[in-house]
Formats: sequence, C-alpha cells, structure tokens
Amino acid sequence: MMRISCPLIDGPATSAAQDACGLRELGVGGAPVDSFPLPAVQDIDSFEREVVEYVKPNHGTTTLGFIFQGGVIIAVDSRASQGSYISSQTVKKVIEINPYLLGTMAGGAADCQFWERNLGRQCRLYELANGKRITVRGASKLLANTMFSYRGMGLSMGTMVAGWDEAGPGLYYVDSDGQRTKGKLFSVGSGSLYAYGVLDEGYRWDLSVEEAVELGLRSIYHATFRDAASGGTVSVYHVTQEGWTKVRGEDVGELHFRFYPDPAKHPCNSVDPLAV
Amino acid sequence: MDFLCGIRGRDFVMVCSDTSAVQSIVTMKQDEDKLVPVDSHRLFAISGEAGDRVNFSEYIIANVRLYALRNGSQLSTKAVANFTRSELATALRKSPYQTNLLMAGYDEGSGPALYWCDYLATLHHMNICGTGYGSYFVLSMWDKLWHPDLSQDEALELMRKAVAEVRARLVVAPPKYLVKVVDKDGIRTVAEL
Repeated sequence: MMRISCPLIDGPATSAAQDACGLRELGVGGAPVDSFPLPAVQDIDSFEREVVEYVKPNHGTTTLGFIFQGGVIIAVDSRASQGSYISSQTVKKVIEINPYLLGTMAGGAADCQFWERNLGRQCRLYELANGKRITVRGASKLLANTMFSYRGMGLSMGTMVAGWDEAGPGLYYVDSDGQRTKGKLFSVGSGSLYAYGVLDEGYRWDLSVEEAVELGLRSIYHATFRDAASGGTVSVYHVTQEGWTKVRGEDVGELHFRFYPDPAKHPCNSVDPLAV
Repeated sequence: MDFLCGIRGRDFVMVCSDTSAVQSIVTMKQDEDKLVPVDSHRLFAISGEAGDRVNFSEYIIANVRLYALRNGSQLSTKAVANFTRSELATALRKSPYQTNLLMAGYDEGSGPALYWCDYLATLHHMNICGTGYGSYFVLSMWDKLWHPDLSQDEALELMRKAVAEVRARLVVAPPKYLVKVVDKDGIRTVAEL
C-alpha cells in the first residue's frame, strides 16, 4: 500500500526529512521539524519591523517635472539611502518606459522599480494590441489603477509620469495611495519642498528650452544642498514631439563650485564679525 | 504655524514674521507683533508656545535693559545673542522654554548681525535663516537669490517672494506677515504683507 509521508503528523525524529534539512547537525535534533532558530530578542515582532526598515532601500529623493512652452522637463537626483546610510550615489531614478514616456521614482526603491517596469510592460502590450502608442493619460491611469488595487498593503511610491502624445505634452503625479493628478508642475520626494522654493520662483510658461533645463538643474541642486537624503548627480530630461532626450547629467559637487566659485559669497558661510 | 525668516544684507538686517496668535485650532488674533524690540538697534523675532514666547522675551529684554542701566552702555547684538542662548541652555534641563528665535541687530563698527537660536539653545550667526515649515520652501530659494551686497529694496523683494511661496505651497500658511528692518537708524516697519 502507498503511504503519504506526513512527518509532522507522524511526530518528530521518525522521518528522514528532518535529516535532509540538516537540522540535526544544527543542534536542533529532537525538536519539531518546523522549528528554526530565532533571534534572541524580547519582542520579535517589533525587532523584525525595525530590521526590515534597515534593509529596505528608500529613495530619500528629489524629483521634479514641469510643462512649459518647449515641452516637458524632468529632473532628478541620484541618491539612495537606507536610514542614515547612503547606499548609492548612482541610482537611475528616471525609467524610460518608451521613447515618448518617462516615469520618475521616489519612495521605496524596489516598489518603484518593479511597478514602473510593470507599467512599461503594460504599455508595450497596449501598443501591440492597438497598433498605436498609449497616451500619457492612459499610462498614468494604468499605474494609478495598479496602485489603487494594492492600497493599504504597504507599497511606497511617489511618481511622475511624463511624456508626449497626440494631446501634446503630459504630466501626471501618481502615488501609492492611488492618487493621480494632472498638472503643469510637480516635485516629489523628501527634497521636494526645497525644490519647489526654487522652481516656483523661476518658473514661467515661456521659458526657453535652455532656461528650463537650467531651472530643473538648479532646483535639484538646491534641494540636494539642503536635504541630506538627496544628492549624487542631477539628471535632466527634455520631452518634445520627437520623444525624450537626456540633456544633462552633472555631479552636484561640481555644480556647487560652478554656482559658488567663491565660498565667502555663499549664503551659508557667514562669518561672525566679532568672532575673528 | 509660526513662520519667521531673516536676511542679513550689506548694512542692515531684515526680518519677517507672521502675525497670527493661535490657540489650539483657533486663530485668536491677526495682528500679533512677534518682532519685539530689545533696545534701539536690536530686535527679537520669536516663535513657539504663546506663554513661553512672551515670558522668555520679556525676561531677556528686561535683563538686557538692566545691564544697560547699570553699566551705562548697551550690550552688542552678539552679547545679547549669547546671553539669550545661555539662558535657554540653563532652562533646557529644568523647564525648557519652547521658543525658537531670530535675533537681528546693528552695531556701530561691526555692522549688521543676524542670529538663529532654537529651543535647544543652538546658536548660529547667519546670512539667511528661518523657522517653521514655511522656511523649507524659502531657504532653498534664498540660497539661490542671496548675495553679500544685498540692498534693502532687494531684500524686501526676497521677502515678498518668500511670503508668496509660503502662501502658495504651505497648507497651514498664516494670512498676514510683518516685515521690519534694523540698520544704523534703528528699527522700522517696512511692510505688511
């Protein structure tokens, strides 16, 4: 007669399955098969929650996008941090969905990367099924629907979907709460407040392309100066009728000394007149 | 939400504050002057809990005036700043004052000075500074626009831009703001925004 092997029901130390896991060598022989070593801490739930936060790479980020007379500008920094540790200075925070669509990343690194790749896949399938490119409106809605279906399940992302379609330039903000907003000017991430300060002050509809690229660059640079979780290099993309092009990629350290060649003239270097 | 900011220019200091007095979720009044003069050429811009704010500033001001009466000479801005910091630091481990403040002053000889001090008694000499959520939007903008030769007209323009930005972006933006300047002629109100 055939017998189904049920080591858990049959009780411990009767099955060869236990040895297959090498548990006896680990010194847990005699214990139930489904046991494993646990960290020696008082409260294992809060310990695990804490540890997950250490391991989870988060984009402390500054990203921005705006529409102007000459198309759409997207600018981002490139720093990734895990808590107070800077885990990378060379993160690519713009995903090139297709030659006419860009997505930016802020929030959880893995969530952004995975779901925007997933969006790229959906956009390609749309093209194959319909024989035409998806609109920015459509693409952002796909992402927002995905986010909405996972809401409350711990995803963390704040993204902008930008591009060009038959309706002209398009820019949408989509986040993991399922919010989706159409707009002319957005900034997302921990440094966004700083970026807004510079961006709002310099933004006009009739900016030339050169001025617009410079404004994007400048806004990210100033955000990286004030926000410790943003830094690395500034990448600037320009989207037109012909699709996107990457126009700039500059180290913020080099930008700093280009903008402020004389340290004495920087607003944050004030010498107390009586301290000398 | 309290909002204070200050700019040190070529030969003056300009400070701006909101004028809301808030209790819980209620706005009690719209014309509270949080830019209080210490003496003829020095002023405090104070934010924080209402009781602490008034009590602490009055205590410091009274002591600074007492010093002037006893010794026949006024304290410099730097001396006032360090005295204030010291009082905050002493109070910190007993019953801390929940006050962040800016100190602006003009001294014959050393010129304009702007100090930033928080309730933990951190003191900094600054060119541009601010407190409150509004300052996040403003500081990056001023990083870009500030320069050492700033005139009063330019500084007032920076203040206008700052207040416009806070109004546009901050959810809890106060409705009214007051701008004062300190220079060799003393303290003046230059604008209500």
